[in-house]
Amino acid sequence: MTILLGHLLGRLPIGWLQLVHNKTRLAAALAGVAFASVLVLMQLGFLGALVASIKLPYDQMNADLLISASDMNTLADGSPLPRQRMFEALTVKGVQSATPLYYGKVEWKQPDGTIRNLDVFGIDPSVETLRNPAISARLNDISLSDVALIDARVRNVSKSLFAKIAAGEPYRFEVKGRTLKVVGTFEIGGGFSADGYLVVSDQTFLRLFPQRSAGAPNHILVTLAPGADPAPILERLRATLPADDSIVRTVEETFGRDQAFQTTQRPVGLVFGFGVVIGILVGIIIVYQVLSTDVAEHLKEYATFKAIGYSQRFFLGIVFEEALILAILGFVPGFLVSLLLYTVVATVTGLPLAMTWARAAFVLMGTLGMCALSGAIATRKLARANPADLF
Amino acid sequence: MDLSARRELYTDGDLNRPDAPVVVKGLNHWFGEGEARKQALFDVNLALERGKLTVLLGASGSGKTTLLTLMGCLRRVQEGSLTLLGTQLAGADERLLVQCRRRLGFIFQAHNLHESLTAMENVRIGLEVHGKAAMAGWERASAHLLKILGLGERLHYLPGNLSGGQKQRVAVARALVGNPDIVFADEPTAALDKNSALNAVALLKRLGTERGTTTLMVTHDTKIMSLADRIITMEDGRIVDDRGTT
Repeated sequence: MTILLGHLLGRLPIGWLQLVHNKTRLAAALAGVAFASVLVLMQLGFLGALVASIKLPYDQMNADLLISASDMNTLADGSPLPRQRMFEALTVKGVQSATPLYYGKVEWKQPDGTIRNLDVFGIDPSVETLRNPAISARLNDISLSDVALIDARVRNVSKSLFAKIAAGEPYRFEVKGRTLKVVGTFEIGGGFSADGYLVVSDQTFLRLFPQRSAGAPNHILVTLAPGADPAPILERLRATLPADDSIVRTVEETFGRDQAFQTTQRPVGLVFGFGVVIGILVGIIIVYQVLSTDVAEHLKEYATFKAIGYSQRFFLGIVFEEALILAILGFVPGFLVSLLLYTVVATVTGLPLAMTWARAAFVLMGTLGMCALSGAIATRKLARANPADLF
Repeated sequence: MDLSARRELYTDGDLNRPDAPVVVKGLNHWFGEGEARKQALFDVNLALERGKLTVLLGASGSGKTTLLTLMGCLRRVQEGSLTLLGTQLAGADERLLVQCRRRLGFIFQAHNLHESLTAMENVRIGLEVHGKAAMAGWERASAHLLKILGLGERLHYLPGNLSGGQKQRVAVARALVGNPDIVFADEPTAALDKNSALNAVALLKRLGTERGTTTLMVTHDTKIMSLADRIITMEDGRIVDDRGTT
């Protein structure tokens, strides 16, 4: 390593030699950087899982545009929408289809008394509202009263139950005083607000939620004629529909707004964002502490180097060399530990928690930046290395 | 101290010698600001001879360290003229001072070796400052110097495994490996036994003879003073005696 660094730097790798000279401090510093990396990677992982879980239902929508209530922030909130908007949308040139989507939440009580929260989609079984093949294949089944399809990824429920349902053995459970017969499964996965999804027909949905009305769905999914340009149609729809109760966006835009709201306005998103900041601060403080102590302990040597004729750039090089070594060597174990924790957390929670190369690269860059910043702050102490004081 | 052995008194005429590596004229220096401002050097005039070993004597506070650091480009000249190796240091900026320092060798009272570098690597530091071109054969040059100084068996030892005297000898090697034009030394033999001290000073004398290396040394070591070519005595910021020795 010393030889390699010597070749890379074109000089004695003093920073590296200083670090390895005090192995206890090096180990503590690497543990600190690794801890900060784990903290940031985990928080970003949770943030990523939040975004991924927000995106899951949007990915299921067989739509180009989405008409929602004008006060809608997320898929689950916002006022119901007059179904009349669906008919109005169908009059707009370029619109091929418009279909209502009803959205609700139910509790699924388990034999052990615990509750699983399910997001419920009420769809018109005569239309392919969702683009999930497992759902499309069972639309006829759910057109029957009180029949449902369930998400096989519902959190903390035995997989054998879903295997039995998938094998043709219906499962019944009580929801809001009604007995639902689950005849099939599909896979979406839970998020932060629900453990999984349930898909029923619009009629079954209205029986489950008697206070809701067929004339007031939550969203209207709009598909466009093949080859149609969405932008002008979007404008025409916006001009046609009253802005005081409805808003038209592409599915991607609606997801973007939902994501922005949940990550910046809701506590869960803020907590994860705050966690990232805390992780970065912890890393900066730890690395700064190590580097500034190191600089302070070598002030006389640095002053000697100054007397010999080394410039300030040389000392900055040593401190940054140390900072970058700490960053890289600390990130690697932090990354490996995070991979393990991702697997554990994803298995335990069912959250879509996955490491991406982009995130790993981002955190590595961030770790390098964090260590470089710490090094830059620590180099201020170098000014105290006055060679004239050596005499 | 017996000054009777001295034979030559240096005069102002020496200030105009063209080959003098250091020429100081009318040098004044102060420390502090405002009412606390205190003058440390008073109209110092001095020229060092090329290749000679000059010893600077004086009590604590006499101004010898201030003079040494000014000549060593470690402080900025406030008033007067100081020409080092043909470069006027009065008004010089930090960059020029750093460049000048690269032509000098420093031996401090404390060795200030880098604890994580071996003896060879510490010596290399004195060479690396001159750039890649100077690094060719650094191992041979460093080992050669360390061997001369009696450390041939400890080339790859870390300072933690060397005695105080051995560390100081590594520091001497570090100062000399870059083949400096002038060596400034502050009590360099304080940590050395008699033989090592004489050996180190003999090396400086030899460099003076063979390469023209000039040495200015602050020391109170009487056995070293007997080897000096010239002894300058300072008192209260002034040169009060300046003589060559037999």
